[in-house]
Amino acid sequence: MDRPRTLVEKIWDDHVVSSEPGAPAILGIDLHLVHEVTSPQAFTGLRARGARVRKPGQTVATADHSIPTLDPSLPITDELARKQLAQIEENCREFGIPFHGKGSPTRGIVHVIGPELGLTQPGMTIVCGDSHTATHGAFGGLAFGIGTSEIEMVLATQTLLQRKPKTFEVKVTGRLQPGVGAKDIILALIARIGVGGGTGHVFEFTGEAIQALSMEARMTLCNMSIEGGARAGLVAPDETTFAYLKGRQFAPQGAAWDEAVESWRKLPTDAGATYDRTVVIDGDKLEPMVTYGTNPGQGVAISGRIPSPADASPADREEIERALTYMGLEAGSQIAGQKLDVVFIGSCTNGRIEDLRAAASIMRGHHVADGLRVLVVPGSQQVKAQAESEGLGEVFKAAGAEWRESGCSMCIAMNGDQLEPGQYGLSTSNRNFQGRQGKGGRTFLASPLTAAASALTGVVTDPRTVAGVAVAASAEAH
Amino acid sequence: MPEAFSKTTSRVIPILRANIDTDQLCPARFLKITDKAGLADALFFDWRFTPDGAKRVPPSFIDEPHNAGREILLVGDNFGSGSSREHAPWALRAWGIRAIFSTSFADIFKGNALKNALLPIEVTPERYAALTALVAANPDGEWTVDLDQLKVALPDGSSFSFEVDTFAREMILAGTDEIGYVLSRLPAIEAWETAHPARVETRGEAAAAR
Repeated sequence: MDRPRTLVEKIWDDHVVSSEPGAPAILGIDLHLVHEVTSPQAFTGLRARGARVRKPGQTVATADHSIPTLDPSLPITDELARKQLAQIEENCREFGIPFHGKGSPTRGIVHVIGPELGLTQPGMTIVCGDSHTATHGAFGGLAFGIGTSEIEMVLATQTLLQRKPKTFEVKVTGRLQPGVGAKDIILALIARIGVGGGTGHVFEFTGEAIQALSMEARMTLCNMSIEGGARAGLVAPDETTFAYLKGRQFAPQGAAWDEAVESWRKLPTDAGATYDRTVVIDGDKLEPMVTYGTNPGQGVAISGRIPSPADASPADREEIERALTYMGLEAGSQIAGQKLDVVFIGSCTNGRIEDLRAAASIMRGHHVADGLRVLVVPGSQQVKAQAESEGLGEVFKAAGAEWRESGCSMCIAMNGDQLEPGQYGLSTSNRNFQGRQGKGGRTFLASPLTAAASALTGVVTDPRTVAGVAVAASAEAH
Repeated sequence: MPEAFSKTTSRVIPILRANIDTDQLCPARFLKITDKAGLADALFFDWRFTPDGAKRVPPSFIDEPHNAGREILLVGDNFGSGSSREHAPWALRAWGIRAIFSTSFADIFKGNALKNALLPIEVTPERYAALTALVAANPDGEWTVDLDQLKVALPDGSSFSFEVDTFAREMILAGTDEIGYVLSRLPAIEAWETAHPARVETRGEAAAAR
């Protein structure tokens, strides 16, 4: 009998092209996702060496980071963004890479379109010049972000030089309470282990609370693995995974589907396999989470208080002090009730249809708070179309929110959607770093339910205090 | 092609903060370039300039006059966390930084740094404490980082060994192009591909049928 192996080890073993003593393994890559921001210099490098793209049929590109989310018929006024967007189109044309660009009904955030097109599948190695590539691990693939030098490597060779990562089991037991979702699990994990807690490791999320999550919730969870320091995060494929994938455009069809499912069933971690580290989280006890600081590990339960530097360990003290100074928040005050200027609902973390349904379930029939700017940005054009067919776009507009074209938008603030200096934003995105959502902007990270509840009040609001949230929460969980 | 690198001697810029993220190293709005030009200016931009664009008073770390020309950083834990943007190591290199000492580095940043012959040197918390004390006592002392010998020589006459990924070290010392290295193993790649047919065809069914 073979040695019991984890999900990650199985995928790793299956993709090692060669391994020489002292050198990293050459790892075969099944799918390479490309976007406009981190790829231009890689294509320049490719041209300089006179190379072609080795596997254009295993490569796919879109435009998401610097693309405006306003009316697509308007000209792009930012000269640099315009040039960058023209460049990706030109690079894809020259090298034969399929491009889901401006005007395409399948354009969207790279980590939203991969899964919705059925390109993201269990057991695959998936890379992209973007740290949130971890999202695709929700399907039980090894998916991680790479730099531009590595993009050039994958374009030229369809392989990467990699050292085998260590494994880190994150076991979430029990059942999530109404109003609590995948975003709260991952924020709670990072608050516990710290933003560097997973460095050198890959997370595998296990336990009944994880198995109960929908595919979209699993994507939210895996998406922020990098915020806990892990390059990748995976959930073992199961019936939920197969049901999501079946019939999607690029998923296997007919007999190939049955064969694929049969092979995918062999992927989950064997009984008796061991992880390098394990942490257990009690899912029953989780509450909605909100960050107060300037890294995603600086988060508290929404019923909690902003910590006081005086109570922190000496190592954390200075960092909390600096964070509170930047955020302009008072140590010891309640996180709920903090005043907001902007609410942003979207991103590769929480810009999928279930996220929008959850937000709409709270906002339907209500109006956003006076003076508050609320931006709802679907993760892809397909998500936008689906939301509109369900009347969600109308719900948001009627509530006084801005309903936009798809893109990364205010998560990374490259396209004109941004916080102004000093503004407070509550965001369903993934990073609250200083200036991340616009220079001088101040970010609270939270779930779509918390964002929607806060949009109605203009202050950080516990979604469990809003009527009807139990229904919304259960819709999010299933 | 990468240039070879083996050794630097420089004074040190201490930035004793943990979790310095890629948005501090190179804010996202500087990622709209399609080349690598101008990134030295982007380094730590929002620490160095107010939202109105004025230089901060007092100047931030790398802008302090006595830190001009220094090639070594001493920084807190988990340096380079966040994004995969290689613009962060590009910006550091463009500024002139060649080596960074910390107790840990974010995985993607570390990989990107090594591909740009920027050395992320991990030290124990005890060593980090000793190095911060040394810089405080002797802020203008010169350190020598020798990748070939895997040794750091300090101004107090002491020295210590460090570790860097063995393969990355060889690549940097020789200035080897990693893509060339991998392509020289093309037969192995082709053999693997034959045994592992492509799992997707992004160009659609028509292309798959060809």
